[in-house]
Amino acid sequence: MMDDRTLSLRVAAAPLVATGLRRLHLVAADGSRLPPAAPGAHITLTLPSPAGARPLRNSYTLVEADPERGYQLIVRRTDRSRGGSHHIHDRLQPGDTIEATVPHNLFALHSQARKHLLIAGGIGITPMLAFVAHLREARAAFELHQIASADEAGVFAALLAPHPGERIQVHAGRDACDIAALLAAQPLGTHVYTCGPGAMMDRIAAVAAELGWPASHVHREDFGAAGGEPFTARLARSGIDVAVAGDQTLLEAIEAAGIDTPSLCRGGACGVCILPLSEGDPEHRDHFLSEAERASGCHIMPCVSRSRSATLVLDI
Amino acid sequence: MATAFKPDETFRGDFRYSNSAAAVLRFPFPFVEDRYMYGINLEPHTRPGSSGAFAVAFDVDEHYVAECAERALSLAQDPGRCLVLPHMHEAEWDTLELIMESLAADYPEHFTLEREGLDWTWTNRPLGLHQTFRFGDAGTLPYPPFEYITRQAQGDFTLQDQRDGTLYIDGGITTTQADWSLAFDVGMTFHEWHGPVPLAHQAGVFDRALQYLMRVRYGHPARRLNWTLTVNPRLDTSPENYPIWGPDRASLTPENIADRLFLRVELQTFYRLPRSNALLFGIRAYLANLADLTRVPKWGRRLHRVMRDLHPEVVGYKGITRYHDVLVNHLAQFDDGAPTSPGIAPDVDALREM
Ligand code: FES
Repeated sequence: MMDDRTLSLRVAAAPLVATGLRRLHLVAADGSRLPPAAPGAHITLTLPSPAGARPLRNSYTLVEADPERGYQLIVRRTDRSRGGSHHIHDRLQPGDTIEATVPHNLFALHSQARKHLLIAGGIGITPMLAFVAHLREARAAFELHQIASADEAGVFAALLAPHPGERIQVHAGRDACDIAALLAAQPLGTHVYTCGPGAMMDRIAAVAAELGWPASHVHREDFGAAGGEPFTARLARSGIDVAVAGDQTLLEAIEAAGIDTPSLCRGGACGVCILPLSEGDPEHRDHFLSEAERASGCHIMPCVSRSRSATLVLDI
Repeated sequence: MATAFKPDETFRGDFRYSNSAAAVLRFPFPFVEDRYMYGINLEPHTRPGSSGAFAVAFDVDEHYVAECAERALSLAQDPGRCLVLPHMHEAEWDTLELIMESLAADYPEHFTLEREGLDWTWTNRPLGLHQTFRFGDAGTLPYPPFEYITRQAQGDFTLQDQRDGTLYIDGGITTTQADWSLAFDVGMTFHEWHGPVPLAHQAGVFDRALQYLMRVRYGHPARRLNWTLTVNPRLDTSPENYPIWGPDRASLTPENIADRLFLRVELQTFYRLPRSNALLFGIRAYLANLADLTRVPKWGRRLHRVMRDLHPEVVGYKGITRYHDVLVNHLAQFDDGAPTSPGIAPDVDALREM
């Protein structure tokens, strides 16, 4: 339902599809329907953190989202991560339940594209699998290039399994795909979608810009910046310190501390929640304060903005 | 308490329309303070603890059956009132699912949705409809999916495609609109279709509203209230029909203004649609005349102060100029100068005797 913003999901299956790649099949814990989702959408899972600290929140693209069959994700076991993928790989068992947000989409296909050029690196394949399924059904023109390390090329080729007549190529090795030549050969009206390591997405955007592609034709995967690093808000007049968790807004933290403070849109637009700031390095994420107001450093919109410094002092 | 529908109401011709006392008390009064200025009044919709028109996704009230009949009449006269561009095909099904799910969950006594894979059965008891169809197959419904479901909902709807850093109005159904035209606006960007509103641009209001709307997430709908004044309980005040309703304004007198002038409140809701990533706008019009609204003492006082002090450009834009004096003189009798509480709540359980 519309207002159930947190989903309780049950792991229906969690097979290893290749070394370090696990497919997660998730269904509603109570057997009900799950919200549908557009290709490119992701969900954020709440995973226990190894040290017993605050739970981790990791976002994963939906490879498939069917209200009745459930959601499919592919999770790579990464060593750099804070442990979320380790938990999924090492501990999560079929039958376990996990919490997730409803799907959110910041990587949508463009409705007016004449052709869709999909370029993925490594595990960046996940949204592409959803795109390909959708574009096939819509009979839209597309082309996919998957860049993979030599030893994983076979795995990705099997996941992609092209239909006859489709241009789906797996390039073994980072330099096996000539991005400039690929983009230069595209017909006018093509949109490019990239997902993979940041450096790869940056390079494709740079090449596209050099070739004169409009920025609105270049799309990259984005999970958004809903949360951030935790910090402390010192409420000078009330004389209390409020801990703002990574997945909580400053406004929510102030409210949770029992301080009544006005708000309306809770999305950085209306200006109602404005608070006076006396110290700290704010990270402004609103659309309300002007550049000049930001520069003066006297105010913050707590419904969306956060702090770069460990502590932010508010004059309330 | 089950809603008693009033199927014989009309919104044109003889204007058989009235609000029950309960309908007046739950009216979404739009003025949160004693003055009005255009600004960003977007906020989350359907928060826990909301009441009245804000308690559910799509409010069904005593005018439901009559409003659906009025919509059918408008569409019969002008099928162009419903227009959806071909690339919004998925958004049509999204809309159908959202409205059916919401109505069935919020009003189980009136609506039922049964789903077996893609085979769906929809029952709408107030309108006497029972429809089995295949989700995704438009050929199994008597109308295209967006039109099918919005014929069974109160208020207008538009479909926005989000691309190139803005919103395009790429479809909609408009039979209860304040003076604007879907046929004219379809395909326009957010800024183009809001071109005519005065003052707001200076404040950068539309830029901020657009940024906010583009970030509306699935499962987190938003809303805002807008208002205007309409002579007679006429839902269809379209530019196409201006020759029919325009002259109404000249007919207001100090004697008839209480009964014939209606505050028209638009409850605008904004939903991210899951399959298409489009944004659905609901534009639901509520009508109540001055006679009814001033039976709530707080609203009477506030209406007087708001109307008296309206910025002249707003008076012009809302089409009030011609009768502004008559309006303010009439409302003065309900303003004893007492302070009003902040917010829109009526602060009473029953209406004042007439
Ligand atoms: S509540 Fe609207 S800007 Fe924060």
